[in-house]
Amino acid sequence: MAKITFITSDGNSTTVEATSGSVMELGVQNKIKGIDGDCGGVCSCATCHVHVNPAQWDKVGSPLEIENDMLEFDENVSEYSRLSCQIKINEKLDGLVLTVAK
Amino acid sequence: MSIASENMVCVIIGASHAGVNCAFALRREGWKGKIILYDIDKNFPYHRPPLSKTYLTSEEGTEQRLLFPKENYKTDNITLRLGIAVNTIKRKENTISLSDGSSQTYDKLVIATGASPFIPPIQGIDMANNVFPMRTADDAVNIRNTINNSLHKRAVIIGGGYIGLETAASLKKRGAHVTVIEREERVLARVTAAEMSEFFTKLHLRNGVEIHTNKHVISIKRKGNYSVVACDDGTKLNADLIVVGVGITLNTELAQNAGLDIDNGIKVDETTRTNDANIFAIGDCTNHYNPHYKYHLRLESVQNAIEQAKTAAKTICNQKVIYDIIPWFWSDQFDIKLQIIGLSKGYNNIIIRKEGGENSFSIWYFKDDELLAVNAVNFAKAFVLGAKLIKSKQKIDQMKLTDLSIPFKPNSFLA
Repeated sequence: MAKITFITSDGNSTTVEATSGSVMELGVQNKIKGIDGDCGGVCSCATCHVHVNPAQWDKVGSPLEIENDMLEFDENVSEYSRLSCQIKINEKLDGLVLTVAK
Repeated sequence: MSIASENMVCVIIGASHAGVNCAFALRREGWKGKIILYDIDKNFPYHRPPLSKTYLTSEEGTEQRLLFPKENYKTDNITLRLGIAVNTIKRKENTISLSDGSSQTYDKLVIATGASPFIPPIQGIDMANNVFPMRTADDAVNIRNTINNSLHKRAVIIGGGYIGLETAASLKKRGAHVTVIEREERVLARVTAAEMSEFFTKLHLRNGVEIHTNKHVISIKRKGNYSVVACDDGTKLNADLIVVGVGITLNTELAQNAGLDIDNGIKVDETTRTNDANIFAIGDCTNHYNPHYKYHLRLESVQNAIEQAKTAAKTICNQKVIYDIIPWFWSDQFDIKLQIIGLSKGYNNIIIRKEGGENSFSIWYFKDDELLAVNAVNFAKAFVLGAKLIKSKQKIDQMKLTDLSIPFKPNSFLA
Protein backbone atom coordinates (compact mmCIF):
# COMPACT_ATOMS: atom_id res chain seq x y z
CA MET A 1 0.00 0.00 0.00
CA ALA A 2 1.29 3.45 -0.94
CA LYS A 3 -0.26 6.78 -0.07
CA ILE A 4 0.38 9.36 -2.77
CA THR A 5 -0.44 13.07 -2.63
CA PHE A 6 -1.33 15.09 -5.74
CA ILE A 7 -1.14 18.88 -5.61
CA THR A 8 -3.12 20.40 -8.48
CA SER A 9 -2.74 23.78 -10.20
CA ASP A 10 -5.59 25.26 -8.15
CA GLY A 11 -3.61 24.54 -4.98
CA ASN A 12 -5.74 21.62 -3.82
CA SER A 13 -4.05 18.64 -2.32
CA THR A 14 -5.50 15.12 -2.49
CA THR A 15 -4.02 12.05 -0.84
CA VAL A 16 -5.06 8.67 -2.20
CA GLU A 17 -3.77 5.15 -1.89
CA ALA A 18 -3.15 2.18 -4.13
CA THR A 19 -1.22 -1.06 -4.27
CA SER A 20 -0.75 -1.53 -8.00
CA GLY A 21 -1.13 0.08 -11.39
CA SER A 22 0.44 3.32 -12.49
CA VAL A 23 0.33 6.72 -10.83
CA MET A 24 -1.57 8.01 -13.90
CA GLU A 25 -4.29 5.39 -13.39
CA LEU A 26 -4.51 6.36 -9.73
CA GLY A 27 -4.91 10.00 -10.74
CA VAL A 28 -7.63 9.28 -13.31
CA GLN A 29 -9.49 7.06 -10.85
CA ASN A 30 -9.52 9.88 -8.31
CA LYS A 31 -10.33 12.62 -10.83
CA ILE A 32 -7.13 14.52 -10.20
CA LYS A 33 -7.32 17.67 -12.30
CA GLY A 34 -4.62 17.68 -15.00
CA ILE A 35 -4.09 13.91 -15.03
CA ASP A 36 -5.86 12.72 -18.17
CA GLY A 37 -3.87 9.79 -19.55
CA ASP A 38 -5.50 10.11 -22.96
CA CYS A 39 -3.29 7.51 -24.65
CA GLY A 40 -4.04 4.92 -22.00
CA GLY A 41 -0.55 4.89 -20.53
CA VAL A 42 1.80 4.21 -23.43
CA CYS A 43 3.91 7.35 -23.19
CA SER A 44 2.39 8.88 -26.32
CA CYS A 45 0.44 11.95 -25.22
CA ALA A 46 2.08 13.63 -22.19
CA THR A 47 -1.29 14.36 -20.52
CA CYS A 48 -0.13 12.98 -17.17
CA HIS A 49 2.89 15.19 -16.46
CA VAL A 50 3.88 15.61 -12.79
CA HIS A 51 6.74 17.18 -10.85
CA VAL A 52 8.18 14.91 -8.18
CA ASN A 53 8.99 16.42 -4.80
CA PRO A 54 12.78 16.87 -5.19
CA ALA A 55 13.54 15.27 -1.82
CA GLN A 56 11.78 12.12 -3.01
CA TRP A 57 13.29 11.95 -6.51
CA ASP A 58 15.38 8.88 -5.68
CA LYS A 59 12.28 6.91 -4.68
CA VAL A 60 10.78 7.44 -8.11
CA GLY A 61 13.85 7.37 -10.32
CA SER A 62 14.71 8.86 -13.69
CA PRO A 63 12.60 8.68 -16.85
CA LEU A 64 13.38 6.40 -19.76
CA GLU A 65 14.64 7.92 -23.02
CA ILE A 66 11.26 8.16 -24.77
CA GLU A 67 9.70 9.73 -21.71
CA ASN A 68 12.57 12.17 -21.47
CA ASP A 69 12.12 13.06 -25.14
CA MET A 70 8.41 13.73 -24.58
CA LEU A 71 9.22 16.03 -21.67
CA GLU A 72 12.38 17.85 -22.74
CA PHE A 73 10.70 20.57 -24.82
CA ASP A 74 7.60 20.87 -22.63
CA GLU A 75 7.10 24.45 -21.47
CA ASN A 76 6.52 23.33 -17.89
CA VAL A 77 9.36 20.83 -17.68
CA SER A 78 11.55 20.76 -14.57
CA GLU A 79 14.46 18.54 -13.62
CA TYR A 80 11.95 16.59 -11.51
CA SER A 81 9.42 16.00 -14.30
CA ARG A 82 7.94 12.57 -14.96
CA LEU A 83 5.03 11.19 -16.97
CA SER A 84 2.97 9.51 -14.29
CA CYS A 85 1.86 6.67 -16.59
CA GLN A 86 5.45 5.46 -16.45
CA ILE A 87 5.61 5.39 -12.62
CA LYS A 88 4.48 2.01 -11.32
CA ILE A 89 3.02 2.00 -7.84
CA ASN A 90 4.81 0.02 -5.15
CA GLU A 91 5.30 0.30 -1.38
CA LYS A 92 8.45 2.36 -1.77
CA LEU A 93 6.34 5.22 -3.09
CA ASP A 94 4.43 5.55 0.20
CA GLY A 95 4.32 9.23 1.19
CA LEU A 96 5.18 10.52 -2.29
CA VAL A 97 4.12 14.09 -3.10
CA LEU A 98 3.53 15.04 -6.76
CA THR A 99 2.66 18.42 -8.20
CA VAL A 100 0.54 18.12 -11.34
CA ALA A 101 2.09 20.13 -14.18
CA LYS A 102 0.06 22.92 -15.73
CA MET B 1 -33.98 24.99 -17.70
CA SER B 2 -30.41 25.36 -16.60
CA ILE B 3 -27.73 22.71 -16.40
CA ALA B 4 -28.12 22.85 -12.62
CA SER B 5 -31.56 21.28 -12.92
CA GLU B 6 -31.69 17.69 -11.75
CA ASN B 7 -34.63 17.05 -14.06
CA MET B 8 -32.62 17.42 -17.24
CA VAL B 9 -31.49 14.32 -19.16
CA CYS B 10 -28.45 14.01 -21.39
CA VAL B 11 -28.43 10.85 -23.49
CA ILE B 12 -25.19 9.71 -25.10
CA ILE B 13 -25.27 7.08 -27.85
CA GLY B 14 -21.98 5.19 -27.95
CA ALA B 15 -19.86 4.35 -24.91
CA SER B 16 -16.34 4.33 -26.27
CA HIS B 17 -13.62 7.01 -25.97
CA ALA B 18 -15.86 9.87 -27.13
CA GLY B 19 -19.10 8.99 -25.35
CA VAL B 20 -17.56 8.01 -22.03
CA ASN B 21 -15.25 11.02 -21.86
CA CYS B 22 -18.21 13.25 -22.66
CA ALA B 23 -20.20 11.77 -19.77
CA PHE B 24 -17.44 12.44 -17.23
CA ALA B 25 -16.71 15.86 -18.70
CA LEU B 26 -20.39 16.82 -18.32
CA ARG B 27 -20.20 16.10 -14.60
CA ARG B 28 -16.95 18.02 -14.30
CA GLU B 29 -18.53 21.03 -16.03
CA GLY B 30 -21.52 21.05 -13.69
CA TRP B 31 -24.29 19.07 -15.40
CA LYS B 32 -26.60 18.09 -12.54
CA GLY B 33 -29.19 16.08 -14.47
CA LYS B 34 -29.20 12.47 -15.57
CA ILE B 35 -26.53 11.11 -17.89
CA ILE B 36 -27.38 7.89 -19.71
CA LEU B 37 -24.90 6.12 -21.99
CA TYR B 38 -25.94 3.42 -24.47
CA ASP B 39 -23.78 1.00 -26.41
CA ILE B 40 -24.35 -2.22 -28.33
CA ASP B 41 -21.01 -3.55 -27.08
CA LYS B 42 -21.61 -5.56 -23.88
CA ASN B 43 -18.07 -5.11 -22.60
CA PHE B 44 -17.47 -2.47 -19.94
CA PRO B 45 -16.05 0.59 -21.81
CA TYR B 46 -12.40 -0.02 -22.59
CA HIS B 47 -9.38 1.52 -24.31
CA ARG B 48 -9.38 0.54 -27.98
CA PRO B 49 -5.77 1.23 -29.09
CA PRO B 50 -4.33 -1.70 -27.08
CA LEU B 51 -6.62 -4.19 -28.87
CA SER B 52 -4.26 -4.56 -31.83
CA LYS B 53 -1.20 -4.23 -29.59
CA THR B 54 -0.89 -5.50 -25.99
CA TYR B 55 -4.10 -7.59 -26.03
CA LEU B 56 -2.80 -9.74 -28.83
CA THR B 57 0.61 -10.22 -27.27
CA SER B 58 -0.63 -10.94 -23.73
CA GLU B 59 -3.50 -12.74 -22.05
CA GLU B 60 -4.92 -9.47 -20.74
CA GLY B 61 -8.66 -8.89 -20.78
CA THR B 62 -10.21 -5.52 -21.51
CA GLU B 63 -11.20 -5.19 -17.85
CA GLN B 64 -7.53 -4.40 -17.24
CA ARG B 65 -7.73 -1.39 -19.56
CA LEU B 66 -11.00 0.31 -18.73
CA LEU B 67 -11.46 3.91 -19.83
CA PHE B 68 -12.58 4.73 -16.28
CA PRO B 69 -12.87 2.41 -13.28
CA LYS B 70 -16.34 1.01 -12.57
CA GLU B 71 -16.62 2.94 -9.27
CA ASN B 72 -16.34 6.25 -11.11
CA TYR B 73 -19.62 5.67 -12.94
CA LYS B 74 -21.27 5.23 -9.54
CA THR B 75 -19.65 8.23 -7.87
CA ASP B 76 -20.46 10.44 -10.89
CA ASN B 77 -23.95 8.97 -11.19
CA ILE B 78 -23.57 7.96 -14.85
CA THR B 79 -25.97 5.28 -16.06
CA LEU B 80 -24.43 2.75 -18.44
CA ARG B 81 -26.79 0.69 -20.57
CA LEU B 82 -24.65 -1.86 -22.39
CA GLY B 83 -25.79 -4.40 -24.98
CA ILE B 84 -28.64 -2.16 -26.10
CA ALA B 85 -28.98 -0.62 -29.56
CA VAL B 86 -30.66 2.69 -30.25
CA ASN B 87 -33.10 2.16 -33.12
CA THR B 88 -34.37 5.65 -33.86
CA ILE B 89 -34.07 9.26 -32.82
CA LYS B 90 -37.44 11.05 -32.82
CA ARG B 91 -36.40 14.68 -32.84
CA LYS B 92 -39.89 16.14 -32.63
CA GLU B 93 -40.55 14.21 -29.43
CA ASN B 94 -37.00 14.49 -28.03
CA THR B 95 -37.03 10.72 -27.65
CA ILE B 96 -34.96 7.75 -28.68
CA SER B 97 -36.35 4.23 -29.10
CA LEU B 98 -34.31 1.26 -27.99
CA SER B 99 -33.82 -2.34 -29.11
CA ASP B 100 -35.44 -3.65 -25.92
CA GLY B 101 -38.71 -1.98 -26.92
CA SER B 102 -38.45 0.90 -24.47
CA SER B 103 -37.85 4.56 -25.16
CA GLN B 104 -36.03 7.39 -23.43
CA THR B 105 -36.55 11.13 -23.59
CA TYR B 106 -33.68 13.59 -23.69
CA ASP B 107 -33.04 17.28 -23.28
CA LYS B 108 -29.60 17.01 -24.89
CA LEU B 109 -28.45 14.17 -27.12
CA VAL B 110 -24.85 13.30 -27.99
CA ILE B 111 -24.19 10.95 -30.90
CA ALA B 112 -20.89 9.08 -30.53
CA THR B 113 -21.63 6.09 -32.70
CA GLY B 114 -18.18 5.86 -34.30
CA ALA B 115 -17.61 3.51 -37.19
CA SER B 116 -17.72 -0.16 -38.13
CA PRO B 117 -15.11 -2.15 -40.02
CA PHE B 118 -15.68 -2.27 -43.75
CA ILE B 119 -15.85 -5.86 -44.95
CA PRO B 120 -15.05 -5.87 -48.68
CA PRO B 121 -17.28 -7.94 -50.97
CA ILE B 122 -14.71 -10.67 -51.61
CA GLN B 123 -16.14 -13.84 -53.06
CA GLY B 124 -16.59 -16.44 -50.30
CA ILE B 125 -15.72 -14.11 -47.39
CA ASP B 126 -19.09 -14.70 -45.72
CA MET B 127 -18.66 -18.47 -45.78
CA ALA B 128 -15.01 -18.55 -44.73
CA ASN B 129 -13.68 -19.68 -41.38
CA ASN B 130 -12.15 -17.40 -38.81
CA VAL B 131 -12.42 -14.06 -40.58
CA PHE B 132 -12.40 -11.13 -38.18
CA PRO B 133 -12.08 -7.37 -38.30
CA MET B 134 -10.12 -5.58 -35.53
CA ARG B 135 -12.31 -3.01 -33.86
CA THR B 136 -13.85 -4.38 -30.66
CA ALA B 137 -12.77 -6.33 -27.60
CA ASP B 138 -14.62 -9.35 -28.96
CA ASP B 139 -12.67 -9.11 -32.23
CA ALA B 140 -9.38 -9.12 -30.31
CA VAL B 141 -10.45 -12.10 -28.20
CA ASN B 142 -11.58 -14.01 -31.31
CA ILE B 143 -8.28 -13.34 -33.06
CA ARG B 144 -6.27 -14.36 -30.03
CA ASN B 145 -8.27 -17.55 -29.47
CA THR B 146 -8.03 -18.53 -33.13
CA ILE B 147 -4.25 -18.29 -33.08
CA ASN B 148 -4.02 -20.06 -29.71
CA ASN B 149 -6.14 -22.96 -30.93
CA SER B 150 -4.48 -23.26 -34.32
CA LEU B 151 -1.79 -25.81 -35.03
CA HIS B 152 -0.21 -24.04 -38.02
CA LYS B 153 -0.96 -20.45 -36.93
CA ARG B 154 -1.06 -19.05 -40.47
CA ALA B 155 -2.50 -15.55 -40.41
CA VAL B 156 -3.39 -13.54 -43.50
CA ILE B 157 -4.04 -9.84 -42.97
CA ILE B 158 -6.00 -8.06 -45.67
CA GLY B 159 -4.93 -4.42 -45.65
CA GLY B 160 -1.58 -2.78 -44.91
CA GLY B 161 -2.76 0.22 -42.94
CA TYR B 162 -2.09 0.90 -39.25
CA ILE B 163 -4.61 -1.69 -38.03
CA GLY B 164 -3.26 -4.34 -40.37
CA LEU B 165 0.39 -3.67 -39.57
CA GLU B 166 -0.11 -3.44 -35.80
CA THR B 167 -2.07 -6.69 -35.85
CA ALA B 168 0.63 -8.29 -38.00
CA ALA B 169 3.37 -7.25 -35.57
CA SER B 170 1.43 -8.49 -32.55
CA LEU B 171 0.53 -11.83 -34.13
CA LYS B 172 4.14 -12.32 -35.18
CA LYS B 173 5.24 -11.72 -31.59
CA ARG B 174 2.70 -14.34 -30.59
CA GLY B 175 4.34 -16.90 -32.84
CA ALA B 176 2.09 -16.77 -35.89
CA HIS B 177 3.20 -16.94 -39.54
CA VAL B 178 1.92 -13.64 -40.88
CA THR B 179 1.29 -12.39 -44.42
CA VAL B 180 -0.04 -8.91 -45.16
CA ILE B 181 -1.80 -8.28 -48.49
CA GLU B 182 -2.08 -4.67 -49.62
CA ARG B 183 -3.74 -3.59 -52.85
CA GLU B 184 -1.82 -0.30 -53.16
CA GLU B 185 1.81 -0.29 -54.26
CA ARG B 186 2.99 0.30 -50.70
CA VAL B 187 1.77 -0.14 -47.12
CA LEU B 188 0.42 2.96 -45.32
CA ALA B 189 -0.06 4.52 -48.76
CA ARG B 190 -2.98 6.66 -47.71
CA VAL B 191 -1.33 8.16 -44.64
CA THR B 192 2.43 8.58 -45.00
CA ALA B 193 5.23 9.45 -47.40
CA ALA B 194 6.83 6.64 -49.42
CA GLU B 195 9.93 6.75 -47.20
CA MET B 196 7.87 5.87 -44.14
CA SER B 197 6.15 3.03 -45.99
CA GLU B 198 9.56 1.68 -46.94
CA PHE B 199 10.76 1.85 -43.34
CA PHE B 200 7.75 -0.08 -42.05
CA THR B 201 7.96 -2.62 -44.86
CA LYS B 202 11.60 -3.32 -43.97
CA LEU B 203 10.76 -3.48 -40.27
CA HIS B 204 8.14 -6.15 -40.89
CA LEU B 205 10.30 -8.12 -43.32
CA ARG B 206 13.17 -8.08 -40.82
CA ASN B 207 10.83 -9.53 -38.23
CA GLY B 208 9.62 -12.28 -40.53
CA VAL B 209 6.28 -10.85 -41.70
CA GLU B 210 5.60 -11.36 -45.41
CA ILE B 211 4.24 -8.35 -47.26
CA HIS B 212 2.57 -8.53 -50.67
CA THR B 213 1.67 -5.23 -52.32
CA ASN B 214 -0.18 -4.43 -55.55
CA LYS B 215 -2.42 -7.42 -54.94
CA HIS B 216 -6.16 -7.79 -54.68
CA VAL B 217 -7.76 -10.65 -52.81
CA ILE B 218 -10.35 -12.07 -55.20
CA SER B 219 -11.71 -15.04 -53.29
CA ILE B 220 -11.60 -16.94 -50.03
CA LYS B 221 -12.41 -20.65 -50.11
CA ARG B 222 -13.11 -22.70 -47.03
CA LYS B 223 -11.14 -25.97 -46.84
CA GLY B 224 -12.01 -27.85 -43.69
CA ASN B 225 -10.64 -25.87 -40.76
CA TYR B 226 -8.62 -23.44 -42.84
CA SER B 227 -9.22 -21.14 -45.82
CA VAL B 228 -7.44 -20.51 -49.11
CA VAL B 229 -6.99 -16.84 -49.93
CA ALA B 230 -6.60 -16.25 -53.66
CA CYS B 231 -5.20 -13.05 -55.20
CA ASP B 232 -5.59 -11.54 -58.66
CA ASP B 233 -2.01 -12.47 -59.65
CA GLY B 234 -2.56 -16.17 -58.92
CA THR B 235 -1.04 -16.13 -55.42
CA LYS B 236 -2.77 -18.58 -53.08
CA LEU B 237 -2.28 -18.55 -49.33
CA ASN B 238 -3.53 -21.00 -46.72
CA ALA B 239 -4.95 -19.19 -43.72
CA ASP B 240 -6.04 -20.40 -40.29
CA LEU B 241 -6.92 -16.80 -39.46
CA ILE B 242 -7.91 -13.89 -41.69
CA VAL B 243 -7.95 -10.35 -40.32
CA VAL B 244 -9.64 -7.66 -42.39
CA GLY B 245 -8.28 -4.14 -41.94
CA VAL B 246 -9.28 -2.19 -45.04
CA GLY B 247 -11.03 0.78 -43.52
CA ILE B 248 -14.34 1.67 -41.96
CA THR B 249 -17.90 2.61 -42.71
CA LEU B 250 -19.32 5.39 -40.58
CA ASN B 251 -22.17 4.68 -38.21
CA THR B 252 -24.25 7.62 -39.38
CA GLU B 253 -27.45 5.79 -40.29
CA LEU B 254 -29.22 6.72 -37.05
CA ALA B 255 -28.39 10.40 -37.54
CA GLN B 256 -29.28 10.29 -41.22
CA ASN B 257 -32.67 8.70 -40.55
CA ALA B 258 -33.33 11.45 -38.03
CA GLY B 259 -32.74 14.03 -40.76
CA LEU B 260 -29.44 15.38 -39.46
CA ASP B 261 -27.03 16.79 -42.05
CA ILE B 262 -24.56 14.20 -43.28
CA ASP B 263 -21.58 14.79 -45.55
CA ASN B 264 -18.75 12.29 -45.09
CA GLY B 265 -19.81 12.05 -41.45
CA ILE B 266 -22.32 13.87 -39.30
CA LYS B 267 -21.85 17.56 -39.96
CA VAL B 268 -21.07 19.53 -36.81
CA ASP B 269 -20.12 23.15 -36.17
CA GLU B 270 -17.08 24.34 -34.21
CA THR B 271 -18.87 23.50 -30.95
CA THR B 272 -19.75 19.92 -32.10
CA ARG B 273 -23.42 20.87 -32.53
CA THR B 274 -25.38 19.32 -35.41
CA ASN B 275 -28.11 21.13 -37.35
CA ASP B 276 -30.41 20.32 -34.41
CA ALA B 277 -29.63 22.68 -31.51
CA ASN B 278 -30.13 19.92 -28.92
CA ILE B 279 -28.11 17.27 -30.69
CA PHE B 280 -24.31 17.02 -30.72
CA ALA B 281 -22.02 14.56 -32.46
CA ILE B 282 -18.46 13.62 -31.48
CA GLY B 283 -15.64 11.27 -32.46
CA ASP B 284 -14.95 9.22 -35.59
CA CYS B 285 -18.46 9.73 -37.02
CA THR B 286 -18.23 13.55 -37.30
CA ASN B 287 -17.22 15.86 -40.09
CA HIS B 288 -15.91 19.11 -38.63
CA TYR B 289 -13.89 22.17 -39.54
CA ASN B 290 -10.27 22.47 -38.48
CA PRO B 291 -9.40 26.16 -37.95
CA HIS B 292 -5.64 25.59 -38.19
CA TYR B 293 -5.67 23.74 -41.53
CA LYS B 294 -8.78 25.58 -42.72
CA TYR B 295 -10.69 22.64 -44.16
CA HIS B 296 -13.42 20.19 -43.18
CA LEU B 297 -12.31 16.73 -42.22
CA ARG B 298 -13.05 13.55 -40.38
CA LEU B 299 -10.57 12.15 -37.89
CA GLU B 300 -10.24 8.61 -36.61
CA SER B 301 -8.27 9.10 -33.42
CA VAL B 302 -8.39 8.95 -29.65
CA GLN B 303 -7.43 12.60 -29.36
CA ASN B 304 -10.31 13.70 -31.59
CA ALA B 305 -12.76 11.55 -29.63
CA ILE B 306 -11.66 12.94 -26.26
CA GLU B 307 -11.29 16.58 -27.27
CA GLN B 308 -14.61 16.70 -29.11
CA ALA B 309 -16.18 15.05 -26.05
CA LYS B 310 -14.84 17.85 -23.85
CA THR B 311 -16.00 20.50 -26.33
CA ALA B 312 -19.52 19.02 -26.43
CA ALA B 313 -19.69 18.84 -22.62
CA LYS B 314 -18.62 22.46 -22.22
CA THR B 315 -21.04 23.65 -24.89
CA ILE B 316 -23.92 21.75 -23.31
CA CYS B 317 -22.97 23.41 -20.01
CA ASN B 318 -23.26 26.84 -21.67
CA GLN B 319 -19.56 27.61 -21.92
CA LYS B 320 -18.10 29.27 -25.00
CA VAL B 321 -15.56 26.98 -26.61
CA ILE B 322 -14.25 26.32 -30.10
CA TYR B 323 -12.89 22.97 -31.26
CA ASP B 324 -9.40 23.76 -32.52
CA ILE B 325 -6.73 21.07 -32.41
CA ILE B 326 -3.56 20.00 -34.13
CA PRO B 327 -4.29 16.30 -34.66
CA TRP B 328 -1.91 13.69 -33.29
CA PHE B 329 -1.73 9.93 -33.66
CA TRP B 330 0.57 7.09 -32.67
CA SER B 331 1.30 3.51 -33.67
CA ASP B 332 3.35 0.85 -31.86
CA GLN B 333 4.80 -1.97 -33.96
CA PHE B 334 7.57 -4.30 -32.72
CA ASP B 335 10.07 -2.03 -30.93
CA ILE B 336 9.06 1.03 -32.94
CA LYS B 337 6.93 3.92 -31.77
CA LEU B 338 5.63 6.14 -34.55
CA GLN B 339 4.21 9.48 -33.45
CA ILE B 340 2.46 11.80 -35.84
CA ILE B 341 1.65 15.44 -35.27
CA GLY B 342 -0.35 17.40 -37.80
CA LEU B 343 -1.99 16.58 -41.13
CA SER B 344 0.26 16.15 -44.14
CA LYS B 345 -2.48 16.55 -46.77
CA GLY B 346 -1.33 18.87 -49.53
CA TYR B 347 2.41 18.65 -48.82
CA ASN B 348 4.83 19.27 -51.66
CA ASN B 349 8.17 18.73 -49.94
CA ILE B 350 9.57 16.51 -47.20
CA ILE B 351 12.72 16.63 -45.13
CA ILE B 352 14.06 13.52 -43.45
CA ARG B 353 16.27 13.82 -40.37
CA LYS B 354 18.12 10.75 -39.16
CA GLU B 355 19.34 10.95 -35.59
CA GLY B 356 22.20 8.52 -35.05
CA GLY B 357 20.57 5.11 -34.93
CA GLU B 358 18.90 3.60 -37.99
CA ASN B 359 15.58 3.29 -36.19
CA SER B 360 15.39 6.86 -34.97
CA PHE B 361 14.34 9.54 -37.46
CA SER B 362 11.69 12.04 -38.37
CA ILE B 363 9.94 13.13 -41.56
CA TRP B 364 8.89 16.79 -41.84
CA TYR B 365 6.09 17.56 -44.29
CA PHE B 366 5.99 21.05 -45.81
CA LYS B 367 3.72 22.89 -48.16
CA ASP B 368 6.13 25.47 -49.53
CA ASP B 369 7.49 27.03 -46.34
CA GLU B 370 4.67 25.98 -44.03
CA LEU B 371 5.25 22.97 -41.78
CA LEU B 372 2.15 20.76 -42.00
CA ALA B 373 3.09 17.62 -40.12
CA VAL B 374 5.90 15.61 -38.53
CA ASN B 375 6.21 11.82 -38.36
CA ALA B 376 8.63 10.80 -35.60
CA VAL B 377 10.00 7.28 -35.33
CA ASN B 378 11.50 6.46 -31.93
CA PHE B 379 12.23 10.17 -31.57
CA ALA B 380 9.55 11.86 -29.50
CA LYS B 381 11.49 15.15 -29.45
CA ALA B 382 10.58 15.73 -33.09
CA PHE B 383 6.93 15.04 -32.27
CA VAL B 384 6.93 17.59 -29.44
CA LEU B 385 8.90 20.24 -31.31
CA GLY B 386 6.80 19.66 -34.43
CA ALA B 387 3.66 20.35 -32.41
CA LYS B 388 5.06 23.68 -31.21
CA LEU B 389 6.25 24.77 -34.64
CA ILE B 390 3.03 23.79 -36.42
CA LYS B 391 0.87 25.54 -33.84
CA SER B 392 2.94 28.74 -33.75
CA LYS B 393 3.41 28.79 -37.54
CA GLN B 394 6.99 29.90 -36.97
CA LYS B 395 9.03 29.89 -40.17
CA ILE B 396 11.60 27.16 -40.44
CA ASP B 397 14.95 27.23 -42.21
CA GLN B 398 14.75 23.94 -44.07
CA MET B 399 18.51 23.92 -44.68
CA LYS B 400 19.14 23.98 -40.95
CA LEU B 401 16.71 21.13 -40.46
CA THR B 402 18.70 18.94 -42.85
CA ASP B 403 22.00 19.82 -41.13
CA LEU B 404 22.67 17.06 -38.59
CA SER B 405 25.54 19.02 -37.06
CA ILE B 406 22.96 21.40 -35.61
CA PRO B 407 21.81 20.05 -32.26
CA PHE B 408 18.10 19.27 -31.91
CA LYS B 409 16.87 22.16 -29.75
CA PRO B 410 13.65 24.20 -29.76
CA ASN B 411 15.10 27.22 -31.58
CA SER B 412 17.68 25.45 -33.73
CA PHE B 413 15.71 25.40 -36.95
CA LEU B 414 13.97 28.76 -36.94
CA ALA B 415 14.45 30.95 -40.01
